[in-house]
Amino acid sequence: MAATLEEIVDGLAEIVNEIAGIPVEDVQLDKSFTDDLDVDSLSMVEVVVAAEERFDVKIPDDDVKNLKTVGDAADYIAKHQAA
Amino acid sequence: MSSTNRTVVVTGIGATTPLGGDSASTWEGLLAGRSGVRPLEGERYVGLPVRIAAVAAVDPGDVLPRPLARRLDRSAQFALIAAREAWADAGYTAKAGEDTAVDPDRLGTVIASGIGGVTTLLDQYDVLKERGERRVSPHTVPMLMPNSPSANVSLEVGARAGVHTPVSACASGAEAIGYAVEMIRTGRADVVVAGGTEAAIHPLPIAAFANMMAMSKNNDEPTKASRPYDTARDGFVLGEGAGVVVLESAEHAAARGARAYCEVLGQGLSSDAHHIAQPEPTGRGIAKAMENLLDNTDLKPSEVMHLNAHATSTPQGDVAEVKALRRVLGDDLDHVAVSATKSMTGHLLGGAGGIETVATVLALYHRVAPPTINVDDLDTEVDADIVRDTPRALPTGTIAAINNSFGFGGHNVVLALRTV
Repeated sequence: MAATLEEIVDGLAEIVNEIAGIPVEDVQLDKSFTDDLDVDSLSMVEVVVAAEERFDVKIPDDDVKNLKTVGDAADYIAKHQAA
Repeated sequence: MSSTNRTVVVTGIGATTPLGGDSASTWEGLLAGRSGVRPLEGERYVGLPVRIAAVAAVDPGDVLPRPLARRLDRSAQFALIAAREAWADAGYTAKAGEDTAVDPDRLGTVIASGIGGVTTLLDQYDVLKERGERRVSPHTVPMLMPNSPSANVSLEVGARAGVHTPVSACASGAEAIGYAVEMIRTGRADVVVAGGTEAAIHPLPIAAFANMMAMSKNNDEPTKASRPYDTARDGFVLGEGAGVVVLESAEHAAARGARAYCEVLGQGLSSDAHHIAQPEPTGRGIAKAMENLLDNTDLKPSEVMHLNAHATSTPQGDVAEVKALRRVLGDDLDHVAVSATKSMTGHLLGGAGGIETVATVLALYHRVAPPTINVDDLDTEVDADIVRDTPRALPTGTIAAINNSFGFGGHNVVLALRTV
């Protein structure tokens, strides 16, 4: 069953916590990975790969550059995850 | 600013070694004659001919925050920990620029390792095979590149005068310190964070070194395995960790009122052109390096009271080094207290020159030579005064010490330090 938006945000928060050490409660929809969450371009690849595995979704490299905020990523995953 | 003959002093030291997680605990372990060698636990070491190593006393993963540690190879983790200690020990309170006592454009880093991020390379190859290419870490290249420790330390301290990584196998750490001295002498920098690091305890390097017949196979008595100068020595014991010093022009150190542990007079370099891995048995190349040291610096053989030997506990190498010492120093070798600290720390490869420079700095500063352990039956070919089992006091007055490092490939690096 597909994850809800809330479940996706919670999952991304855990992933960002693991990779960048940011407290899960700070990982909010409007937060920028680069500017707010200490996720640089290399760590963003790690976030994407972990999210792909967790939510059973493929995020092509060309789409990654459009995922500026946690909300961008959550929406993308919600739209593209396997039904 | 530019000058070719500036005095260089040591203002800070840091280490994380098989004997302790900082320079103070390492020094205490050295003076106590403690061995850092232990059995290697875990399934992956079962069946290897060598199942012992000098593992770091404090795991770097317990010191650094996890998000930082996971993007650094273990060798860079050790280097960062040792560099932070050295930087604070030198009296700096923040990175260059934020701490206005040092200009970022006048600060460099020279941190070396012998084989770089080898465990990262091997671990990520396992990931590739077992989990596929998508799971290979995007941090792999910045983690495994040999200049990674030096580059990461430059990020930490804000060094913009240059980041360097000389590679010369087991002489790398000493070559880094020699290079740093030259950076200051030639006016390229006022302050340089320099040293060596290594983290190669993994079945592949162990199998490879063991197949070269370079390592001790004394698995039954780990603490007895590293025994330089003893007739029963059968090879080196692999160690891990880092040693880092803050080097500074004497003027820069004096201007900010920094403590100087000692002066670094300079280096002597040579190469063997003999064999890719075997030491040249007569010590010719080592002697040449020492002669170059005497030519390059104002070191006088009469003031040399201590020597931290390369002595890795191999049958050939230990004797070749002593022959070279006798040839160059003559009767002056008789007043040199020779210590082989690898008897306690194991051999940290590119990290050796780093931690042994820290040990030599402390020996001059406290005027005490650390012991060499496990010399139960001194090889009769060792014609030098080896400090055995307990530390020995060094004389008062102006005294100097030499730190030797040699590496596969025929690299000979000799550093000279003197009290201030």
